[in-house]
Amino acid sequence: MNRLRAPHLLALVFGIAFLYLPILVLVLYSFNASRLVTVWGGFSTRWYAALLQNQALLDAAWLSLKVALVSASLATILGLLSALALARFGRFAGRTLFAGMIAAPLVMPEVITGLALLLLFVGLDAERGFWTVTIAHVTLTACFATIVIQARLVMLDRSLEEAAQDLGATPLRVFLAITLPMIAPAILAGWLLAFTLSLDDLVLASFTSGPGSTTLPMRIYSSVRLGVTPEINAASTLIIALVATVVVLASLLIKRDALSRT
Amino acid sequence: METGTSLPGRGWPAPRWLVVGLPYAWLLAFFLLPFLIVLRIALSDTARALPPYAPHWTGWAEVWGFLQALDLESFATLIADTLYLDAYLSSLRLAATATLVALLIAFPLAYSMASAPRRWQPALLILVILPFWTSFLIRVYAWMAILRPEGVLDALLRGLGIIDEPLGLMNTETAVLIGMVYSYLPFMVLPIYTSLERLDRSLLEAAADLGATPFRRFISIVIPLARPGIYAGCFLVFIPAIGEFVIPDLLGGPETLMIGKVLWTEFFSNRDWPLASAVAILLLLILAVPLFAYQHFARKEAP
Repeated sequence: MNRLRAPHLLALVFGIAFLYLPILVLVLYSFNASRLVTVWGGFSTRWYAALLQNQALLDAAWLSLKVALVSASLATILGLLSALALARFGRFAGRTLFAGMIAAPLVMPEVITGLALLLLFVGLDAERGFWTVTIAHVTLTACFATIVIQARLVMLDRSLEEAAQDLGATPLRVFLAITLPMIAPAILAGWLLAFTLSLDDLVLASFTSGPGSTTLPMRIYSSVRLGVTPEINAASTLIIALVATVVVLASLLIKRDALSRT
Repeated sequence: METGTSLPGRGWPAPRWLVVGLPYAWLLAFFLLPFLIVLRIALSDTARALPPYAPHWTGWAEVWGFLQALDLESFATLIADTLYLDAYLSSLRLAATATLVALLIAFPLAYSMASAPRRWQPALLILVILPFWTSFLIRVYAWMAILRPEGVLDALLRGLGIIDEPLGLMNTETAVLIGMVYSYLPFMVLPIYTSLERLDRSLLEAAADLGATPFRRFISIVIPLARPGIYAGCFLVFIPAIGEFVIPDLLGGPETLMIGKVLWTEFFSNRDWPLASAVAILLLLILAVPLFAYQHFARKEAP
């Protein structure tokens, strides 16, 4: 029963090829010596060298990295708290509104969230820049982190926690010694998801950033609008390589963690 | 929800109110409050100033005065100018088409993943998820290089002698559709795979033993069991596709109307903040329809 039949294999190959060929084309042409995007001029790393000279792009990448690190960490903390509240606190006053606000950013078009946050910042007369972009990203990504951590909390076997409590451990002790280690993979996954979402976001950043704070996606977007350039191909390849490495490492870590548990 | 003997609440590490209160306060301040402001500005006069809308933020004391000065001008513009109605309709049409095409590609893929040997499945799952983690912007950009005139696709087809003229796909609705299907495909594959993975194979074998044809088995066993996944997948593709901005902006042409792009243009190019806010409010109202439809279906499917 478990042998793969030809039509299934075909569907798999076609589906995976559809997902990966565009990315492969991009990676391939980032090593093209010719400036013409469709003419193969031989292998070259000149666009990577050009990238290192592009100070505007490097500044934007550095800013994006800072925003992603800070916002992912804040979002994970908020996500952990919300997940605990939703999974463990039973009913509390305003739970429906709370659950609704957690779910809403997941389906809300980014143009609307971005517009709404900008209008808030303008209303508060806040100076737009690093912190406004970070706040916007926390608001979006905390919801994703909540979902990931909550899913793990709900599946958790409660008997260990109850046993520890019956043996006289304080709630803090139970949380730190039992609950936290058991949901650690989900916390890591939530952080990674928040980090990559923040690194990738164009729309929220465009609305909430100020004149001096251009993030990497904003920089890429403004040059991409003018057409395909080999330099952006090189930048994209580096981002893809970074993200792929992190995701594969993380999933291996989580898998090892799952194996050591069983 | 657990009840009775379990831990919640009693003497939690952090006071209970802090665990709930911190994220609650954050969401109220940075999610709910901004929407009230959007609603307020949608109902204000357009002004050529910075910020380009008339009333300034002066606190809640003014709420009554604000209610008296409600201005439906922006909403009237939305109704009077067919541009906005056309944009809403064509967003719905493009999103629905993209959802259908994504379903047609995703279902065979998800079904094959679920039928693959168990030990392959984690690797296949990572293969499908990985592009989703890769930058959205970069994946859309990759299609620009492929679809543009004299781009990779043209060069390939011309090299194979299939076409003589460039296809001219770039900056068309077809390009927008390809971009949306490509970008949202993992959202369709994952829920369908999840529901098929749990499919009890013995049901199929029993049906086969009883003489059901493969087609019959597919229609009466696989499809009904996959239905929750199909609903979830369609929802996850359709909703974000409606408000999409990046894809129609980069792959679409001047005649590609999508509401996310209209909102962006009103805001950044025309600097008409009240009109942009009104577009946002109407978009939210339109999104409420599929949201409630999905909740309805999901509840019906729940055992």
